[in-house]
Amino acid sequence: MALKIVKGSIDRMFDKNLQDLVRGIRNHKEDEAKYISTCIDEIKQELKQDNIAVKANAVCKLTYLQMLGYDVSWAAFNIVEVMSSSKFTYKRIGYLAASQCFHEGTDVIMLTTNQIRKDLSSPNQYDTGVALTGLSCFVTPDLARDLANDIMTLMSHTKPYIRKKAVLIMYKVFLKYPESLRPAFPRLKEKLEDPDPGVQSAAVNVICELARRNPKNYLSLAPLFFKLMTSSTNNWVLIKIIKLFGALTPLEPRLGKKLIEPLTNLIHSTSAMSLLYECVNTVIAVLISLSSGMPNHSASIQLCVQKLRILIEDSDQNLKYLGLLAMSKILKTHPKSVQSHKDLILQCLDDKDESIRLRALDLLYGMVSKKNLMEIVKKLMLHVDKAEGTTYRDELLTKIIDICSQSNYQYITNFEWYISILVELTRLEGTRHGHLIASQMLDVAIRVKAIRAFAVAQMATLLDNAHLLTGNTQRNGICEVLYAAAWICGEFAEHLEDPMLTLEAMLRPKVATLPGHIQAVYVQNAAKLFATVLQKHEGETDSQAAQETSQLLIDRLPLFVQSANLEVQERASCILQLVKYIQKLQQKNVEVAEEVTALFAGELNPVAPKAQKKVPIPEGLDLDAWINEPPSESESEDEKPKAVFAKEEPKHSRSRHTEVDEKELARRREARKQEQANNPFYIKASPSSQKVYDAPGVEHIPVVQIDLSVPLKVPGMPMSDQYVKLEEERRQKEKADKKKKEKKKKREKRGKGRKGDSGPESEEDITPAHHVDIVTEEMPENALPSDDDDKDPNDPHKALDIDLDKPLADSEKLPVRTHRPEVLKSPAEDRDDNTIPQETKKKSSKDKKEKKKDKEKDRKRSKEDKKKKKKHKDVEEELPESLPEEVVQSEETKEVAVPPTSADASDLDFWLSSAPVPPVAQVVTVSSSAAAATVDSSSAAAAESEPEELKDTEPDDTKSSKHKKKKQKKEKEEKEKKKKKRHHHHHHHHSDAGAEDSVQNGTVEDEEPLPPMSNYSLLAENSYIKMMKEDADQVCDIQGNHQDESKVVVSVIFENKSDSFLKSMEFNVLDSLNSKLQRPDGAGPHDGLTVPFQLPPGVSNEARFVFSVQSIVMPQKLKGTLTFIVKTDESSTHEKLDFKLHFTCTSYLITTPCYSDAYAKLLESGDLKGSSLRLEGVNMPFHHLLARICFHHHFSVVERIDSCASMYSRSIQGHHVCLLVKSSDQTVSIDAKCDEPSLLGNVLDEIKQTFSKC
Amino acid sequence: MIKAILIFNNHGKPRLSKFYEHYTEDTEQQIIRETFHLVSKRDENVCNFLEGGLLIGGSDNKLIYRHYATLYFVFCVDSSESELGILDLIQVFVETLDKCFENVCELDLIFHMDKVHNILAEMVMGGMVLETNMSEIITQAEAQSKMEKSEAGIAGAPARAVSAVKNMNLPEMPKNINIGDISIKVPNLPSFK
Repeated sequence: MALKIVKGSIDRMFDKNLQDLVRGIRNHKEDEAKYISTCIDEIKQELKQDNIAVKANAVCKLTYLQMLGYDVSWAAFNIVEVMSSSKFTYKRIGYLAASQCFHEGTDVIMLTTNQIRKDLSSPNQYDTGVALTGLSCFVTPDLARDLANDIMTLMSHTKPYIRKKAVLIMYKVFLKYPESLRPAFPRLKEKLEDPDPGVQSAAVNVICELARRNPKNYLSLAPLFFKLMTSSTNNWVLIKIIKLFGALTPLEPRLGKKLIEPLTNLIHSTSAMSLLYECVNTVIAVLISLSSGMPNHSASIQLCVQKLRILIEDSDQNLKYLGLLAMSKILKTHPKSVQSHKDLILQCLDDKDESIRLRALDLLYGMVSKKNLMEIVKKLMLHVDKAEGTTYRDELLTKIIDICSQSNYQYITNFEWYISILVELTRLEGTRHGHLIASQMLDVAIRVKAIRAFAVAQMATLLDNAHLLTGNTQRNGICEVLYAAAWICGEFAEHLEDPMLTLEAMLRPKVATLPGHIQAVYVQNAAKLFATVLQKHEGETDSQAAQETSQLLIDRLPLFVQSANLEVQERASCILQLVKYIQKLQQKNVEVAEEVTALFAGELNPVAPKAQKKVPIPEGLDLDAWINEPPSESESEDEKPKAVFAKEEPKHSRSRHTEVDEKELARRREARKQEQANNPFYIKASPSSQKVYDAPGVEHIPVVQIDLSVPLKVPGMPMSDQYVKLEEERRQKEKADKKKKEKKKKREKRGKGRKGDSGPESEEDITPAHHVDIVTEEMPENALPSDDDDKDPNDPHKALDIDLDKPLADSEKLPVRTHRPEVLKSPAEDRDDNTIPQETKKKSSKDKKEKKKDKEKDRKRSKEDKKKKKKHKDVEEELPESLPEEVVQSEETKEVAVPPTSADASDLDFWLSSAPVPPVAQVVTVSSSAAAATVDSSSAAAAESEPEELKDTEPDDTKSSKHKKKKQKKEKEEKEKKKKKRHHHHHHHHSDAGAEDSVQNGTVEDEEPLPPMSNYSLLAENSYIKMMKEDADQVCDIQGNHQDESKVVVSVIFENKSDSFLKSMEFNVLDSLNSKLQRPDGAGPHDGLTVPFQLPPGVSNEARFVFSVQSIVMPQKLKGTLTFIVKTDESSTHEKLDFKLHFTCTSYLITTPCYSDAYAKLLESGDLKGSSLRLEGVNMPFHHLLARICFHHHFSVVERIDSCASMYSRSIQGHHVCLLVKSSDQTVSIDAKCDEPSLLGNVLDEIKQTFSKC
Repeated sequence: MIKAILIFNNHGKPRLSKFYEHYTEDTEQQIIRETFHLVSKRDENVCNFLEGGLLIGGSDNKLIYRHYATLYFVFCVDSSESELGILDLIQVFVETLDKCFENVCELDLIFHMDKVHNILAEMVMGGMVLETNMSEIITQAEAQSKMEKSEAGIAGAPARAVSAVKNMNLPEMPKNINIGDISIKVPNLPSFK
């Protein structure tokens, strides 16, 4: 026996190990494959042995061979065997092999579930680690489902090494088993604040990865991430968070505003380029999300552009590359700021690094304007000539075309120039993009009617010189342009100067070497040209020319009739016969031109590529249903459709009846139009293009006279340059003209507006060379705008689009193995019951109360006995479902207060609304509130009240029982606290209301909107002006001098009600001892403040004034005056308006979010003095009531249970104000506490007033 | 997410391949070849980012690589990773290898692919960056090899002896392709930790 072991180990010594294998392969360079196949045979032998060491060695070698590209999946079972070895060494080899070659299709994977589970719970942390690492590579949906719970347990492992791996792998689990996301999320969130930086980083990593795909579900985490961002020093974490914010800001512009400042600080302070770069990137994202005109962010843009310029100028190519990359993002929204760095970007075009050149090209795309397009393209054309590699040259070519054709040729002012550029591009040798140029030529010629004459002339030249293009071989992709050239010449042949010449060029024998599809077009268009020639010579007494043409065709076409290409052959033989017939007629001196032309009459309109798809299916139309009864068997299939369309056919088809006279034609055209108008299926021209087509026939197309003084070819100079010069001259002339006009205008209408024309010529100033109407592509009339064609339905991340704020339902628990009896003992069970989804809770409240008590006791007990509690916690952590409540509980032991799930949504709002800049919405509405005053205020209010609305949604009825329960619980807890004076966090209500909030946050509409509210009240009004004021709750402390002096900002909307212009407005108040208007330095105490704007008739604008206030416990009134000048056409008069500014105590309160635990602590501190208030006959829903208090009096809801809510606010001097609002039967009682009784009294009075008003 | 990590030498011979998404062996080889083709034709002093790997992922992906002496280290990542961050990660990876192998050279990677995998597993897991702190990575990697040694114990001794003998008569063991010696300079990147 012993001998056998010794023998085994000696055998093993001489087995090849990995090193031997590698060495062997290196020594057999000539016959590597053969050597490896013998090695694989050896490995197969080794795998058959019982000795696990031998097996592991074999598997290790297989891993190497796998890297070399050998399929080793046949050894999958052996790999599983090695994985399940008890020795770490072998286990690791096994897991490595598995991670390299297992995948979802590997069938033995299902055998591993139990082994992996065992390893996950191994006492050796490295066993666990290796299992996690391996699993991260080959996790399948089944494994994810079966192991999700085990991994979740590991997320709270004592060792950070395991924790971080467990956290990270959760992402893979979520991907494979999306159902696990919601149950696991609370714990994942908790890990964001793990004491170990590695774990924290892993959690950030996972959440960022999740949020990148479905950002809206993670908005509620923004405050938490914000905190991390401002506190973390780990650049990896910072980068991830900053990137995440970049993904979140588009959804929530307020977030962006909040971010700008800290990001700017980071940009200034960090030394790590990577961090700097990501900050710049996110600032850009923020700016993009705010792009709806916030002029005061130009500083940030400047900063970004500046920093990027530094990066681009850096000698490090990496930074240069990234700088350009980020620059292209700014470009989209702030092209002006980037355009000023054109020099730098053009410089990058000369860089030796292709990556950088390509990036610079991308940038150019967005930098062009009408003004500089020609210049930029000229530069690119130079590069095209210089470019050595064909790939780069092709890239340049496509970019030139992209740049020129972008947004419907927006920047092209001179299409002659563009056509010549295209023609120049055809000279490129060996490009793949011939078809691209061709399609551009076609597009321009079709859609820009005015250019057709010129285009046709150019194309004729191209056709004439076709031998230059086709030059060497057929594989030359450029010959595609001949396709376009031939078609354009044929279709618009009426513009040809000498159609005969072109016809001759198209029928040269050499054409037969072109690709078939091009030949086909040649033949077809030769026929069109033929028709044109006939028409041209019609009526001439000498029919010589016409007959010559026919003869030419009859001579040349047989070449094409013999073509191997079916299309060419078919067309050629048709046309040949036709021409022969025509020749006969010609010989009889019959006039044929009109009939022949009629063959090609009519115009093709451009149709948008998706037009057909977008035709909406009319109601009641079932495309799959039979139109008629299914055909009986005797009937042949193809007869049916004929019957359906037979009636319409003659009308739609181009008339071939030669005897139709002009009148008949006109009549038919009329009839057809009528029919089209009534036919819903006919794709009509869009209204914009309608007018273009209204022209009755082709002959009325406006044709631009080309200035023939321009020679079409300038020897020695590329043609396009000529146009650049001409264009420049034209523009200068135009500019001069304009200036003259402008001056005249100025003299005529002085002082009409402030819009000056100073500065360089702006985009709009450049008018196109001639009127070009770009015919837009046709779309069906009521096409659906949705463009969801590009979404990939197979994206695995779609499944992870899950609302994370909703409480968990029972059905969502992670599957757990059942043989864990200790887990589901009393506390858990109890809790379980209590958190069963509300819908199922319809038991009597008494019952519940008792249960609650039980639970309370339970909790008390657990608190009293720390050890016991610890145990409880452990149990909880092992609990699979990890209900939010538990999370809160486990947080109790932590020092850091984690913002609990429930409050997130409202937190987010508070957090966001405390941003120093008012929400965009507000600004927008205020500035657009030129309409009637009442409407104005309410709309402003609607915008303002948005955050409040979000906070308070009508709870479902089903929830009420739960709320009641909670209320009782809370009260009880409060009593308890008072008695025992013990640290006790009570639960946050994580009700649905909270959850819904986050969904609604800024995106989804509220179900039951609140009535509009406004904090703007009428200040004063006369026939000229109206002032509305709001005490903004924006307060800044004066250098920490917080206790004795604070600032209040008052926003005043000035609305001009008169028909005259109001200017020189001065705002002044009589200071009191307590409150003073803040005036600029050097101003006397009685000087007024100039309002920084003027008001044209009917316009309103908002100004802000800062007051410093010393004591805030009493409301105050300040008298003030507004003086202004009313300017009419004839005269100007001084006017004034007196007003009284009323500072309520409310205006000293700032909406401050407060977590319920902090709130409880505050109440229990005993520093606050109480007071109460009763309101009778309040007839509004409770949530409206709360919203009103929140909105008008700057409170925030801390917690709301059914018809009872606790609210909090803080004064600018730091007084806490707490309210407990209860409502029943139109009676509202408010119990209030504050550390300043007189302030409280006044606030309560004001609340009372608010409600007495409604 | 990191989609793949590839190490190959100047001739395109793979020294390590780690794919975080499943591909067949053939596709993997094709990706390695393609990547080598893209990377190897670039000059030394151009940027370390590269777009346009056709086989791996879509347009969202980028190749971020570094070239050390005879070896290319290529990370294929998507847009959620910071480019400069990954460059630093490669640096950390190479420095860690240098510490673990004591002056790492291509031969170390050739003969100890498994060890390289194990070190990598401490840095990147399932395509996500696990640890960027070099000392932490080394600590964990060493703790595991220690465990491995203790498991081998006496039973492993003869095998080790044989292996040593085998290595002794290896004339072809040149230590000259030393990456450690070639100064690994991070261009203008302040230390990133």
